[in-house]
Amino acid sequence: MSMLIIENLHARVEGKEILKGLSLSVSAGEVHAIMGPNGAGKSTLGNVLSGRDGYEVTAGTVTYNGIDLLALEPEVRAAAGVFLAFQYPVEIPGVNNTYFLRAAFNAQRKARGEKEFDSMQFLKLVREKLKVMQISDELLHRAVNEGFSGGEKKRNEIFQMAVLEPQLAILDETDSGLDIDALKHVADGVNALRSPDRAFLMITHYQRLLDYVVPDFVHVLADGRIVESGDKSLALKLEEHGYAGLGEGVAA
Amino acid sequence: MSSSMINENSASTTLRDNADVAEALGRSYAAGFVTEIEMTGLPPGLDEDTVRQISAIKQEPEWMTEWRLEAYRHWLTMPKPDWAKLDIDPIDYQAISYYAAPKAGLKSLDEVDPALLETYEKLGIPLHERAALAGVAVDAVFDSVSVGTTFRKQLAEAGVLFCSMSEAIREYPELVRKYLGSVVPTGDNFFAALNSAVFSDGSFVFIPKGVRCPMELSTYFRINAQNTGQFERTLIVAEEGSHVSYLEGCTAPKRDENQLHAAVVELVALEKAQIKYSTVQNWYPGDENGVGGIYNFVTKRGDCRGDDSKISWTQVETGSAITWKYPSVVLRGDRSVGEFYSVALTHHCQQADTGTKMIHLGKHTKSKIVAKGISAGRSSNSYRGLVKMEKGAEGARNYTQCDSLLIGKQCGAHTFPYMEVKNPSAIVEHEATTSKISDDQMFYCRSRGISEEDAVSMIVDGFCKQVFRELPMEFAVEAKKLLEVSLEGAVG
Repeated sequence: MSMLIIENLHARVEGKEILKGLSLSVSAGEVHAIMGPNGAGKSTLGNVLSGRDGYEVTAGTVTYNGIDLLALEPEVRAAAGVFLAFQYPVEIPGVNNTYFLRAAFNAQRKARGEKEFDSMQFLKLVREKLKVMQISDELLHRAVNEGFSGGEKKRNEIFQMAVLEPQLAILDETDSGLDIDALKHVADGVNALRSPDRAFLMITHYQRLLDYVVPDFVHVLADGRIVESGDKSLALKLEEHGYAGLGEGVAA
Repeated sequence: MSSSMINENSASTTLRDNADVAEALGRSYAAGFVTEIEMTGLPPGLDEDTVRQISAIKQEPEWMTEWRLEAYRHWLTMPKPDWAKLDIDPIDYQAISYYAAPKAGLKSLDEVDPALLETYEKLGIPLHERAALAGVAVDAVFDSVSVGTTFRKQLAEAGVLFCSMSEAIREYPELVRKYLGSVVPTGDNFFAALNSAVFSDGSFVFIPKGVRCPMELSTYFRINAQNTGQFERTLIVAEEGSHVSYLEGCTAPKRDENQLHAAVVELVALEKAQIKYSTVQNWYPGDENGVGGIYNFVTKRGDCRGDDSKISWTQVETGSAITWKYPSVVLRGDRSVGEFYSVALTHHCQQADTGTKMIHLGKHTKSKIVAKGISAGRSSNSYRGLVKMEKGAEGARNYTQCDSLLIGKQCGAHTFPYMEVKNPSAIVEHEATTSKISDDQMFYCRSRGISEEDAVSMIVDGFCKQVFRELPMEFAVEAKKLLEVSLEGAVG
């Protein structure tokens, strides 16, 4: 059975319909890339799935591990294993990065009825993850995203993902604004987290991320719907021909 | 760095606090209970006889009685201050009882009424344990009379005097006469004059020349009797080259009548002396509709009397229906340093008009002001600060940072910075920001699994970090908890 089943999803932002009947199924272990032109609804999809305020679902369903995902508060979704890597990670001045992450980690564990980690246990876990992610621990001592460079912010998102170990990771344009070295680092991080139990939804505008994180499926999102699906070759085709002309011939 | 500090703090709190406290803190106003102890006191009303009676009860010498009477007579001639951005119902000074005390005369901790000790326990201040655990000497003030003082011996060995003001007046009259009223004169302002006339007790600290006080000194205040004004008087004198860190914290039981609290704190720092004064203020703030709560009119002033001296105020103000308070530093000595770190939180219908005054008289004096205001509910929160560079303040510097954080749409934050610069070589810097907890920040936290309430307290804690790290660790924990409790229901 699929981990995530999106059926005929319609969603509005500020009265404007952005998603217009989006359907998609994602199973554990799979990496799906969602591509599409600006304004197609890519980020809206990520925000609707993670429960951001201001996104009104007008029709359709989203079933996650057999439950109605849309009925859950954002923090409940997080505890259930849904993670959104933000396109624009948010700064929280004065709040230490490690402290923030431990609060999140323990809140999720508590919600799942698991035992919370004390600071020693958590520090040990963080050290292990740092090694895997090849991130300097200097990042840990700073306030959440405060004064981080674009690349540092994105890597911090991936680092959070590594610690929180979600089942469903949604990466919202994680590649945007990164130079090639930073992109490689982020991709290495994502690849290290690929597992048979975990699914990825990678929202991206460009195919270059897909050179480093090779997806199992590529979907083209245009005008609020998936207009074409295929394997990674679809992404290359898009790179060559652009988004223009896509979706034509798909029944309305 | 700071995170591990918080972690350690949480651990030490768990150690110290009993379960009731933790449970109570998780709910509403934690200190809302009344201790059943027989009280003796004066009937409501204020005239010269009242002042004489208070002085007589305290077995004060004639000069002290006269000092009080002079203050009282001056008070009668003074107008009530009305310049603050506060909406205050008229106070009937004749309806207040000016002296209340636990009935039995107490000489040691063992004689303290068990109910009283229990009260401290509930508040999380188990006198012996806390003192032993934390190495803090506690001069606990219950209503108007000091009931217990610990670690007196150890302090005495270092030559430090730490006792109640009443005792100081009896035991060290020459010191009291020399310094009392020398920083805040009896006629300084309406509330200081009132305090000078009727002050019931408080703390006296004297650190002799060259002595570094071996422990942090701490006093806990608690208003207990109904309709009893609380008029604390504190005097701290640090002689040449000495150091002292003093902690003041207060909680008051819940009740409906407004209670008046008009304290005076005077600090004197002689050459190269350093005084650090930290306050966590948690008087009863009134209910959601603004019924009840403490009126807190405080005069706190430090005098950097000697060259190279330093006075630092750190305050976390979450309580009181009305707060009127401007801890100040007079930078008299050359190269003296004044600091003010403040977090003032208002919720529901609370009103706060607080800030500081830095009066630069000496050459190359420096002052730093970091004020953080948090407003929620329908509250009003004002920062009011004066930086004055007098003619002689050659090369003096001030840096002021005022940040306001708004939670919700019905609260107000105001900043009133005053600057008077009479020396052209002086430098005054002022920065101010106003921000809101953004939807983005809230969603970011929630998408990571953190609940709305925890997200708010985390963001607020981050906002206050600059001030919290100035607090002694014990207080930083309490301050953080207080903000959490005070902000309950502010979001959502």
